[in-house]
Order: sequence, then C-alpha cells, then structure tokens
Amino acid sequence: MGTFRAFRHMVKDSLDYITHGSKTYHIWMIFLTVIMLIGMYCYSIQLDEGLSVTGMTDRVSWGLYISNFTFLVGVAAAAVMLVMPTYVLKDIDFKQAVLIGEGLAVAALVMCLAFVVADMGGPSVLWHMIPGIGVFNFPNSMLAWDVIVLNGYLFINITIPLYILFRHYQGKEAKSKVYIPGSIISVLWAVAIHLVTAFLYEGLQARPFWNNALLGPRFLASAFAAGPALIILVLAAIRKFSEFKIEDKTISKIAMIVTVAAQINLIMLISELFKEFYAPTHHSESAYYLFFGLEGKTALLPWIWTAIPLNVLATVLLTFHKLRNNTKVLYFCCFILFVAIWIEKGFGLIVPGFIPGPYGKIAEYTPTWIEIWVTLGIWAMGAFVFTMLAKTSIGIELGKLRYKKKKILKSETV
Amino acid sequence: MGDKKKWFQLDLGLGQKQAVAGSCGCGKPSGGCGSHATEPPKNDLTISAEEFDAAVEQELMEDSMVAQTRKDGFQQVFDRKMDRRTAFRKLTASLLVGAGAVHTSCSVTSGEEAKEKAQIDWEEQFKGNYKLMTQEEKQATVDRLVRSYQLRKKENIKMSAADASKDVLFGYAFNISKCQGYMDCVSACVKENNQDRNSQMQYIRIHEMKDGEGFKFNEADDNYYHEVPAEGHFYMGTQCFHCDNPPCVNVCPVQATWREEDGLVVVDYDWCIGCRYCMAACPYDGRRFNWSKPEVPEDEINKNQHYLGNRLRKKGVMEKCTFCVQRSRAGKDPACVEACPTGARIFGNLLDPNSTIRWVLENKQVFRLKEDLGTEPKFWYFMD
Repeated sequence: MGTFRAFRHMVKDSLDYITHGSKTYHIWMIFLTVIMLIGMYCYSIQLDEGLSVTGMTDRVSWGLYISNFTFLVGVAAAAVMLVMPTYVLKDIDFKQAVLIGEGLAVAALVMCLAFVVADMGGPSVLWHMIPGIGVFNFPNSMLAWDVIVLNGYLFINITIPLYILFRHYQGKEAKSKVYIPGSIISVLWAVAIHLVTAFLYEGLQARPFWNNALLGPRFLASAFAAGPALIILVLAAIRKFSEFKIEDKTISKIAMIVTVAAQINLIMLISELFKEFYAPTHHSESAYYLFFGLEGKTALLPWIWTAIPLNVLATVLLTFHKLRNNTKVLYFCCFILFVAIWIEKGFGLIVPGFIPGPYGKIAEYTPTWIEIWVTLGIWAMGAFVFTMLAKTSIGIELGKLRYKKKKILKSETV
Repeated sequence: MGDKKKWFQLDLGLGQKQAVAGSCGCGKPSGGCGSHATEPPKNDLTISAEEFDAAVEQELMEDSMVAQTRKDGFQQVFDRKMDRRTAFRKLTASLLVGAGAVHTSCSVTSGEEAKEKAQIDWEEQFKGNYKLMTQEEKQATVDRLVRSYQLRKKENIKMSAADASKDVLFGYAFNISKCQGYMDCVSACVKENNQDRNSQMQYIRIHEMKDGEGFKFNEADDNYYHEVPAEGHFYMGTQCFHCDNPPCVNVCPVQATWREEDGLVVVDYDWCIGCRYCMAACPYDGRRFNWSKPEVPEDEINKNQHYLGNRLRKKGVMEKCTFCVQRSRAGKDPACVEACPTGARIFGNLLDPNSTIRWVLENKQVFRLKEDLGTEPKFWYFMD
C-alpha cells in the first residue's frame, strides 16, 4: 500500500516538476509542441488521403519513415552501451550518464514505433500484430521478431530506470540484485534489436544492396558511433542548462567509445566500397546509383557525398587524443558524425535498395513536405519525451524530488 | 505521357479529391451480411442512398448522449463524404465504429438497416484472418460483404469463397515469340480485377526489348505508348509468378498473404496492415499497393468476385495478380489469357498430364526468371 502511495506521489511530483521550469525550458517545450502539432496535422492529411501524399510509390515503397526508423533503432541500441560499465563493471564515471542514456533509448524507441505506425497503410488494423489477438508470423517474419524485440527493449528500458529512480525518490538505495540482471539483459538485448533490424533487410534476396552479410555488423558499428555521439551532445546540453554535474571524465570515456566504433565503421565502409566497385556486377547497380547516379538520376549524390566526408573527417579528428580531448572539437565531431550516419544509415541505405527496381527500372524517390513534417513531428515528439524523462530523473537524482522530503543520500550528492 | 508521369506523379491529392466528391456515399466498397440474409431487401429499392443517409444522420443527432462519438465512428465508415475528418477522430475510428455499432444495435430508434449495417461493420472490423477461418466462417464473411454492398449500393454482387480443388496446381507459360505487345491482357486484367483507375494500377507489365540484345530488362521499356509491334523489338510480360517458395509470404508479419493449395499466392485485403514488407521482398515486382483509395466507376465494376481475388479493395492494402482466382477456380482461364489475341499466354493445371501447359513444359525449351533466387516461380517463358 505504502509503495503505491509513494508511486502515486512520484507521478504527481514529476508532473508538477516537468510543468515548471525556466523560460528557456518553456520556450523549448512550446517549440517542440508546435512542431508536433504541425506533424499531427500532416499525419491527419496522410490518414485521410492515404500514403499517396508521401513520395513513396510502387517502385520505391519505403522512404523517409523507414529510414528514420532504422537509424533510431541504432540510437536506442547504443544508449545502453553505457549501462554495462556503470552497473555491471561498477565504473562510477558513467553513473550520471546512464539514466540519461536510458531515457534516450526510451525516446528513440518511442520514435521508432511512431515511424512504423506512420508508415503503415492501415493503422486501424494494427491489432492484427498483437500476439494472442492477431496472427503473428513468428518466427518466419523478421518484422514479427522486430516487434517483439523493440517492445521488449522498451519495457526493459522503462522498468530499470523507473525502479532506480523510484528507490531514490523514496530516499532508498536501489538494490543491485534487482537491477543488475536487468542491465545485463538490456545490453544483450540492445545488440539483438539492432541485429534483428539489420536482418529485416539482410534477409531479402530480392534486394542485392541489402542482401549482404556485412549489413548487420555495420549496423552495430555505426550505431555505437552515432548513439553515444548523440549522448555526448545531450550531456553537454544538460551540463549547460541544469545543475546536474557531469564530469569531463565521463564524456571522454564516451568519446572513446564513439571513436572506436567510428573507426570500425569506416573499415567496414571501405570493405563495402571495395566489393561494390572493384569487380562490379549487376548487383552493384544500387551502389552505383547511390554514389554516382544512374542514367542521369542523381538525387542521392549530394547526400552521400556530404555523409562520406563528414564521416571520414569526424573519425580522423576523433582519432587524435589531443583533438578529442578538446570539448569544442569533440562536440563538433559528434555532431557531424551523427549527421553523417543519419544520412548513410537512413535513406542512404533504404532508398538505393529499391533502385534500380527488380527489372532495372530507375525511379527516384523524393519525400513530400507532408512526409517531412510528419518526420519532424516525430523527432519533436522524441525530444519532448526525452526532455520530460531527463528532467524528472535529474530532479530525482539531485534530490529536488523526494518522497516526504527525506534526506538526500550521500551517494547522490556527488 | 512520358515515363515520369506514370511513376512519379503519384501526387494524387488533386485527382483523388475529385473522385471522392463524385463518388457515392458509401464507405465500404464491398459488403454483405450473413446474419440478416433472410430479410426482404425491398426497402432498399424504395429509398435513395442520400435520403437514407440523411434519415440515419438525423436520427443519430437526436440521440444526445453519445451522438457526437457515434457520429464519428459511424460516419467514418458509412459515409465517404465524411472522409475529411480530423486526425484525432480518424485515429480512434475503428474503436468508435465499434461503439457506434453497439449503440445502434441496442437502440430502438434506429432503423433496421442501420442496425444491420452497424452489425456488419462491427463483425467485419473484428473478424479473423481468412486463411485461418473455417468454411462456415469464410462463407459468413462473404455473405456479410455481399449484403453490405447490397445495403449501400443497392446492387447485388456475386462473391465466391471457393477453396482450392484437389489435384490442382496452377501454372502459366508465356510465349515470347508470339507476344506482339498489344497489351490487351493488361486492359482485360484491369477490368476483370477492379483495379484502381486513378493510379492506373496494372498487375502486368509488358517489357519492350530490342532484338539481338537478349533479355536486357534494364534497357527495356515497360511503359510505351506507340504502335506495336515496333520494328526490331520483341515483348515479354511479367506479373506475379506465384512462386512455390514465395519470399513475400515469409516476410509478412501477420500472415495476410499465403500460398493456397492450388499454388496461388493470395492476399487477405482485410487482414493486411499495409507495411509493404512483401513488396520489398518480391524479386519480380509482382505486388501493388493502394497508396490512396482505389476508385472504380460504378458501371465498370466486375460483380463476379472472389474474396481472395477481385473484390473491391480499400486504401492502404497490398494486392496482386491472383491468376484471376474468381475465374480459375471456376474452371475458366484468367482474363489475360482469354484476352490475348496472339495466343502467347497459356494457363492450366500442372498436375493434369493432358493440359496444354504440361505439353509446353514437356516439349518446349522453357526457362524462368531469376531462378538463382530459389523462389521456384510457376511462370515459364518459351519460344517457338
């Protein structure tokens, strides 16, 4: 009974806490709300008219939504790579970062699910996918696997931080026996969600661009570069806008993860390029389209030739310790790396899979404004969810939110 | 009309608006009802669709308590003119349909027909996957759809739920030497299968290739508008190949598409969630998606339908060639075979040793496309 009352108080206190804040905070939230509303309006048009309001066609049947979905699965997966050192290896440096990381994972997953729903032709019959009520094509369909792993991951990433925060809220220490098994599962699960998402594409013999054994590993490498890069940027913002202390040591350790992952990603990129262009076959057409264009159709060229140099530049800069330890350079690198991987793993991966088509037809894809606004709306929703989660957890960790105002624990005053 | 027009101009916003405005006031294109089949349908003929809708709406508005809620759900489905609703209402439409249906069913003030429609809609929204239905359930949903169409359009359609016959496996052969590219098959297919006219959806593509260069699909023109046969060219048709090992079936997360006993790969349009994973998985460009609400002029609707075949589709679902299941299971050739003026298309039962298709397979040098993918298409090409 007491636990329930405490939980109720926590929900009430958090609601109270997230609705109050500085002027900057309110402007930020209003800005996100406006974007979300525009996105919702555009989505209502899409619901009304059908997916014909997007740039997708029978020739290129997945576009911006699925691209962002794929990328964000990576972000979600990577966030949890911070969990391992903190909870399992008892590396104290990461402790502050980890709740933020898990919050980011939750926000990324919410965005993933929103993108999938936005991409569906019949959102009103999505219950067909619910195991038990609908019919689930398990284990044959990789999409069925993906639904399971994503929702499972969302569940894990909500429960672990919730448990820890709830204990801290009551002024108690979180029991490591409870959350460490959960953390270990979540780390393994993080790899699983990304690998399964890669298999979604890798398993299609119809699309040679995706039907490639390196796709899964490369997904992981790029995810562990882009995800922590985003976390660094978020931590930098949190450092600036809140009293939450994040040590330089924490950031430099995450920067190390980003660097190694970016280097591995670059090696895999070279391997892929070598295979496609050293002895090009009929199956290299998609790569040709992506990098050089085919038959005068060159829509993706500006994007990929932005992504590749940014990727290389960021990786090279990060490789030098001196540059990496300079926070300004680090933030810049993280930003360009994030953008580069978003392009490369987003529509740089999804769209060329459809071009040329099964019979060599080259039909390009250009997203419409409706699609772009829905996408922006979903990103805004992710940022909104994340801001709320981060604010609450920072509030609890700093001891501003406390059940019956108990004493602040020693371990949290750091 | 160039290449671009056909494949890039799916910006149907404008065309669709007009079409919606000019269409009749019915939400579900096909329909029927099992439970009230015995009811005399004579009322249907004495009252026009508009009058009926107006009466229903008025009655609904009078009922104050849930009027607003019910109006949303109810009219979402029943009244196509009401399509332009806000997103929030749309999102909950399916639940609201249910709420409206329950209320209408229990209400003494609503007309019998309104109740029946609501009943049908409720059952249709929450019915199961056709593949897993018993024979009775299949018949019931078909009856519901027929009845629903009767209630809404005041016209009768025939819809079959015929299952695969024993010892039948359908196969198809295409004679490259004979095809002259007239595309009669394409128009017959569109007509037979009630395909969306707005987006010019076509299951069949005819690829025009240059003589002496072999099968160069990437250089072929599959969207020509000139006189045929063009000098120095030959023609090759593609459509769904009804693979024996179909990649599209494996990937569907909800088993909305499957291979029937007689080899046909079919889609349950009501179970499809529109994720388009099957489209990405198909190596033969065999699938088509309803990007917007499919429109077929009332007088062009083929009323001889099959649940898995040419019944009217809704927006946001996948469809494809079914070898005209409504015809082939009734012992007829698919529309494309019948329409072909050159006799390039051959269709039949692969298990019948006396069939023409067997003769072709045994006596001609046949080949299939992309055999290396292991999909085992049941669609062969041959030359004279």
